[in-house]
Amino acid sequence: MDKGEQTSLIRRLRKAEWRGRLRAYALIAPLFVFVALSFLLPLGSVLLNSVYDPVVPEGLPRTLRALAEWNGPRDQVPPEPVYAALAQDLKEAARAEKSGPMGGRLNIEETGLRSVFMRAARRVSAQEQGPWAPFFESADPAWAKPAIWGTIRNLESPEHALFFLSAVDMKRQSDGAVVRQSEEQRIHVTIYFRTLGVALTVTLACLALGFPIAYLLAHLKDKTANMLLILVLLPFWTSLLVRTTAWVVVLQKEGVVNALLQSLGIIAEPLPLIFNRFGVVVAMTHILLPFTILPLYSVMRQIPASYVRAARSLGASPSLAFWRVYLPQCVPGLSAGALLVFILSLGYYITPALVGGATDQLISHFIADNIGRSLNWGLASALSSILLAAVLVLYWAYDRVADVSNVRLG
Amino acid sequence: MQFPAYTTFAQRAGHWVLWLACGAILVFLIAPVLVVVPLAFNNEPYFNFPVREYSLRWFNELFGNPVWLSAIRNSLVTATLATVIATALGTLAAVGLNHRNLPGKRLIMALLVSPMIVPVVVLAVGAYFFFSRLGIANNLLGIVLVHAVLGVPFVVITVSATLAGFDMGLLRAARGLGASPLLAFRRVMLPIVWPGVLSGALFAFATSFDEVVVVLFLGGPGQTTLPRQMWSGLREQLSPTILAAAFVLIIFAVIMLLVLEMLRRRSAALRGLTE
Repeated sequence: MDKGEQTSLIRRLRKAEWRGRLRAYALIAPLFVFVALSFLLPLGSVLLNSVYDPVVPEGLPRTLRALAEWNGPRDQVPPEPVYAALAQDLKEAARAEKSGPMGGRLNIEETGLRSVFMRAARRVSAQEQGPWAPFFESADPAWAKPAIWGTIRNLESPEHALFFLSAVDMKRQSDGAVVRQSEEQRIHVTIYFRTLGVALTVTLACLALGFPIAYLLAHLKDKTANMLLILVLLPFWTSLLVRTTAWVVVLQKEGVVNALLQSLGIIAEPLPLIFNRFGVVVAMTHILLPFTILPLYSVMRQIPASYVRAARSLGASPSLAFWRVYLPQCVPGLSAGALLVFILSLGYYITPALVGGATDQLISHFIADNIGRSLNWGLASALSSILLAAVLVLYWAYDRVADVSNVRLG
Repeated sequence: MQFPAYTTFAQRAGHWVLWLACGAILVFLIAPVLVVVPLAFNNEPYFNFPVREYSLRWFNELFGNPVWLSAIRNSLVTATLATVIATALGTLAAVGLNHRNLPGKRLIMALLVSPMIVPVVVLAVGAYFFFSRLGIANNLLGIVLVHAVLGVPFVVITVSATLAGFDMGLLRAARGLGASPLLAFRRVMLPIVWPGVLSGALFAFATSFDEVVVVLFLGGPGQTTLPRQMWSGLREQLSPTILAAAFVLIIFAVIMLLVLEMLRRRSAALRGLTE
């Protein structure tokens, strides 16, 4: 083969390889587009809504411009032109029916501002001309104080970090200073720590219960192991709601466990086993246990029995052989199972809602609550973004230790 | 139980302790599921034992009440559509991902598996924002799309695992003998990997059939699904109809388990692996 022929062959090979790759990408493309549309863009809108908040800037453009021109100190009330601009904006907003959302938005910053704002918005259409400062003061004395203007100025830009401040229990006061929330309003940090605590407890419980099962299964004959594996897989395949319902039945006041303990005479009064932290941890451990057992089992099955035997014949005691030889070989399975359970626990919503009490709700509950009840979408988005960031970091770690394409699903 | 002669007493004791502990853990795993079964046939409207009289009262309620029936129908429709989307697109992508040394493969895989670990509430909130803008919130279509996304990881993982054991030489042989790529896929690859595809589809179906958070956010009043009906039943009025529904879902899980095991064996046999 001469030189020219060789290079042309190499070129043709490269070309063929590229064609193959392009074909592979073309096969992936439809799913990629679908995932981008129904997964990435929704997650993107969560991130967007956590920093983008155009309600007030779009609703009060003249007022914000007048405030910027004046640019006075925050402990002073703005001059008449600002009030006149506000009157203009409010008339416009009333025509476009935008006052309601704006009032709601201001109310998120300072409870009570909705009624202050709405009263002025209602009255302003009847008034032809100024002076506007006294008019607003007569609508509500709050308009003659600097605080409300500081709050409006905090919202002047459509992009801001107020929701993230709120998600970590801080706020920007009307004087512009960033401070911690008052004691009774610091709830979110506690909830993040509660979520971490529950996730950690559940993970440890899953490891403690999953390890012996995986060990036993890995050391049984295949036939027996497969039989016992059914006992692990059946709950795994059973609907989450069914399993949660089952725990209500088992743990409730007149439930199976209490009835059993009472009939055995161990307890006189029924124990409070549900609608508290105990119930949440038990039910979540039950639901997530297979996620520890399955990866651990598949790792343990690969561990050659000869290593432990070699350690024993070299004089190691059974416990030394276990700790120094067997356990280190389980680490990939242990870390994969633990990370998976921990990641999944962080986002739990249904189970705590059904078997937990008011003080056992995790962060997902507060995200849902801010969407459905408090209507603070920005805060819900900021809370979600923090949760999402935590999960993605852990997912990255999971991919390091266990390569996502090797997840075992039964 | 046979022990070799050299086992010490402590080892034997440890062995029995392990068995005992495992027995207890397996009871913990399986008992709650089984406890539901007799209660579903309880004639009285209670959630607790003892069951004095058995009847099919709550099953009549489940299959006779239009609210539950429409919930079941909605669940079946949603899960079927979501499964079709996830399986079709997921299988294609898995075939593409099976290409050796594909640049960016690991990243693509991580993206396609991530719907499994992203908290459902976050995804549901995002879908609510995004689909409201598109005008498909409070609509079955929105639920189907998100459920399909949730099913994608299962399809991609199972089909990829099956393809890993597929001899690509067969495909090349078919192409060399003049088959078009589509024909080679249909007549050579699919007959060997179909159990994997079907397992993935079952996973996707079960995921959608069991999903409630997305339905809570994206479902209008007309889109009650079976899990959503159970959810509101558990939160508001505890009716034993929920237990009847739970029993049906347990049977569903048993069937899934059996079918999956059958598929696993079929797949191994088709690929010439012996157990």
